[in-house]
Amino acid sequence: MAEITCREALNQAMHEEMARDDRIFILGEDVGLYEGSFKVTKGLLARFGDRRVVDTPISEAGIVGLACGAAMIGLRPIAELMTVNFSIVAMDQIMNHVAVARYMFGGRVKVPLVIRAPGGAGHQLGAQHSHSLEPIFLHCPGLRVIVPSVPADAKGLLKSAIRSDDPIMFLEHEGIYGVKGEVPDGDYTIPLGVADIKRPGGDVTLITLSRMVYVCLEAAKQLAAAGIEAEVVDLRGLNPLDMVTVLDSVRKTRRAITVEESWLTGGWGGEVAARIMEEAFDSLDAPVLRVGCADVPMPYNKKLEKAAIPDVARVIARVREIV
Amino acid sequence: MKGKKERTRLESRELLSMYRDMVRIRDFEEACPRLYSQGKMGGFLHLYSGQEAVGVGVAHAIHPHDYMIAAYREHGLILAKGAHPNAVMAELFGKATGCSRGKGGSMHMFDPDIRFMGGYGIVGGHLPLAVGLAFSITYQGGDEVVVCLFGDGATNQGVFHEAMNMAALYQVPVVFICENNGYGIGTSVIRASAMESLYKKSCAYETPGLKIDGMDVLEVYEAVREAVQRAREGGGPTYIEAITYRFRGHSISDPGTYRSEQEKKIWRERDPIPNFSAWLQAENHATAEEIASIESEEKSVVAEAIRFAEESADPGPDELWTDVYVE
Repeated sequence: MAEITCREALNQAMHEEMARDDRIFILGEDVGLYEGSFKVTKGLLARFGDRRVVDTPISEAGIVGLACGAAMIGLRPIAELMTVNFSIVAMDQIMNHVAVARYMFGGRVKVPLVIRAPGGAGHQLGAQHSHSLEPIFLHCPGLRVIVPSVPADAKGLLKSAIRSDDPIMFLEHEGIYGVKGEVPDGDYTIPLGVADIKRPGGDVTLITLSRMVYVCLEAAKQLAAAGIEAEVVDLRGLNPLDMVTVLDSVRKTRRAITVEESWLTGGWGGEVAARIMEEAFDSLDAPVLRVGCADVPMPYNKKLEKAAIPDVARVIARVREIV
Repeated sequence: MKGKKERTRLESRELLSMYRDMVRIRDFEEACPRLYSQGKMGGFLHLYSGQEAVGVGVAHAIHPHDYMIAAYREHGLILAKGAHPNAVMAELFGKATGCSRGKGGSMHMFDPDIRFMGGYGIVGGHLPLAVGLAFSITYQGGDEVVVCLFGDGATNQGVFHEAMNMAALYQVPVVFICENNGYGIGTSVIRASAMESLYKKSCAYETPGLKIDGMDVLEVYEAVREAVQRAREGGGPTYIEAITYRFRGHSISDPGTYRSEQEKKIWRERDPIPNFSAWLQAENHATAEEIASIESEEKSVVAEAIRFAEESADPGPDELWTDVYVE
């Protein structure tokens, strides 16, 4: 085991997979010579050359569409969008082309494509550079949505995503890139669509992913000091959605709260809460609660931004409502 | 059609094959409105009648292993590329035997066996995919070429420019073919594009652009052949604007009030099929009997396609859930 950052874990995953399979190539804005705006693609151009690490113009729809076409006839592209905010520019390519091609053409084609996109709020980047768009992609059949939180998951999930034959939105929170953690040595993968219990507990289930895993773990630590044991379920993605792990936990704790950085209204927490009520209503001792970002365009002011994003205090306050 | 015999070196056999394809497409398309009104087909129905010289000229200028990708007026294009009419008609009927197994419909024909990589319904949306197909060819060291067909309306979309730029930047083997039929639904080109000469748009990307007569199958053939050869030899993309006209409305539900009868009449006189037929006979490539025989045979082909589609089964109920994901 080695202790590395999420950034390094993602970088290792791409190095290893590209060395394994010549069909894999990376394209995106500043992924080559500049080594990625978050340095996640560091060293790849030097090692694999500009045939396989392709700098593109600032043309997000062009990037995703090119990757889609290339994937349809045998390549396995990794398209990096500089941030998930720019995926909105490419949304026609993602939702109307990448996601639907296989179904629309009667299963006669596959699109093995990973779209990596950093995102999330917390750096005073304002209303256009702070999005968490997981719910939008969750809403769209045909796309897998994978969201790592810790370095070991980041590496194992990215390797699985690259090996998958389905199109995958791989969403990385900018706030986790520098977080360190233990990563197993050697080649390993983590299956897509399997949640991970990051902390066991018997009193309440906190269902979360991405950077909010850390918020929930800190909340759980503080709650434990007060005698409340929270179980933290890291979904590690939204499609496939591992409701088995969620429901097992909820049947044990009898209380559940979803915690996400996306906007509360129309967020993924509502979907998970609805499924819990459909599948485990009789196990619940309290309503399923949701914690999410304030339903406002992200403000620039530091105090206002902090007030918009879910934090430890808010998670604890909501736990206190039902435990 | 221009009368000079030396304007093509193609053998009579190839020329008659072109004629046969054009007749097949016209018959196929003209059979559709009746079937649509009978409720055999649903959704949109964008017919290709009038534009046959473009699709057939393109398809004959490329190799079978070259790729074609197109917008939603693509029945004629997939037929020109070599799809079996039965599979295309069955797709329009939504049947399991359709080329997209009944899940695509009129706008989403697909057949990887003949390298027809799809019909797409978002104007301009498939142009970046065409660049990706061509990128993949270069990456894998292949010698195939991609021909990408779209309408005049697509040239006003953002992705048109992204695709043109990236294709030129990476010098990938793609030929962009704009079928300028004069109208984006009901809005004429001059009311939609600040530059009326659409072929000039490629100059922003250092890409050769040319305008051709899209009602003349031989002119299309020659222009595309040259562009494809350049692409195959590593010379990068070309952009061709083929001036053409659709004889029917944008779709089956189009009242067509935005085009004058006079305008339609002028273009009807330029119908690529009778003009080509007259030229073939004048230049002794075919006799009147041979022409009649082709026309009769193709009527049977379309009749057989309709019979096949009628008798085919719908997709089973389980098909609702298949093919969303591979795994």
